[in-house]
Amino acid sequence: MMQTVLDILSWILLTAGGAFVLVGGIGALRMPNLYTRMHAASVTDTMGAVLVLAGVMLQAGLSLATIKLAAILLFLLITSPTASYALASAAMIAGIKPDAGRAADLEDDA
Amino acid sequence: MTLVFSFFLLTLLVITAVAVVRTRNLFVAVMLLGIFSLLIAANFLLLDAADVALTEAAVGAGISTVLFLGALALTSERERTATPHRWLSLAVVVSATLVVLYATFDKPSFGDPEAPVHQHVAPWYLEKTPEAIDVPNVVTAVLASFRGYDTLGEVFVVFTAGIGVLFLLSAQHGHAAQRRPDAKDESDIGLRDDLIPRVVGRLLVPFIVLFGLYVQFHGDYGPGGGFQAGALIAAAFILFALVEGEERTLEALPFNTLLALMVSGALLYGLVGLAGVFLGGNFLDYSVLAEDPVAGQHLGILLIEAGVGLTVTGVLLVIFHAFAARDRF
Repeated sequence: MMQTVLDILSWILLTAGGAFVLVGGIGALRMPNLYTRMHAASVTDTMGAVLVLAGVMLQAGLSLATIKLAAILLFLLITSPTASYALASAAMIAGIKPDAGRAADLEDDA
Repeated sequence: MTLVFSFFLLTLLVITAVAVVRTRNLFVAVMLLGIFSLLIAANFLLLDAADVALTEAAVGAGISTVLFLGALALTSERERTATPHRWLSLAVVVSATLVVLYATFDKPSFGDPEAPVHQHVAPWYLEKTPEAIDVPNVVTAVLASFRGYDTLGEVFVVFTAGIGVLFLLSAQHGHAAQRRPDAKDESDIGLRDDLIPRVVGRLLVPFIVLFGLYVQFHGDYGPGGGFQAGALIAAAFILFALVEGEERTLEALPFNTLLALMVSGALLYGLVGLAGVFLGGNFLDYSVLAEDPVAGQHLGILLIEAGVGLTVTGVLLVIFHAFAARDRF
């Protein structure tokens, strides 16, 4: 009984995480410029990763694997915002204007 | 299910490979190569080759990306267009592809238990490891003990690569202060404006080193060993160099120390082999290193894995510094 509840809960979390990753991927493809695209991709970094890892943790139960997954989660929660910040700040230094609604960074390539 | 994942990953791998070839922007190509390495690492993991996956992820996606970027900083970001012998190279590639495709027909099918690789020495290794070496990770037993010669060769290949890069880039070390006299100021080193990456990077470095040491000494029991640990520890120092500047890293771990690491690792490996000879065994026979043959094997594996780790750390950092120092001349 308990196992079934845990299984269902973990599958809900995994599916929700997958959905967030999918939305993040679509956003990263469809958004008009770099900053909005990064905004979409950050959904993958935070919500997607947290939900998927929580789902896997429920599957692993109280074991060493869960502690390792928690360590991975902590690592991701610290590093991926930092990476996003570094990317955005590098884009700013490179002179890409945060101008929503226009494909500002695409015009350079064209 | 694994088969579906494998097909998915392999398809992505092919797409990434084509994209790497097609793109003219070398920066994009470097990033795609990192993705390529991560995909192939996932593929190795699906094939239950956790040790190889760990190496590929650490070296392919991590350190070689940094080294490629270091090389790109010395050249231009755009690939030169118009290669003259287009048709010739196309013919070579097509014929090589056909030969390889033809060769695959002779291969046993995926996961075939009758395949020669599962019939030859692999069963013997699996059978002998518990009694002769007694470590849970058979990969480590094979790599470090049964095929210690091969690994000795690999360590010397890595060592030679380090020497080769040093010769090619003719890195003149020990002149860090002269290279950038303007870099004396504290605020001019590393990521001076970016506080967040700097703080987070500094926070992560000790944990990466700790994880590297765990991978080094846990290699007998789980995936890992000297190669992976060396790559991880080198990655920690490269991260430190990226956020704090190269000079600071050279203060913490001077270039001569790196050279000493590189040499001492290879020497340690060779000396452990010679110790086996002097104690009455064969070269790289660890059984004679202690009273109990199994304890001797444990000691030998520990020592040569340490040697591998030292050399890999030293060589990767030496190569990194050789690239990083280059644009200052």
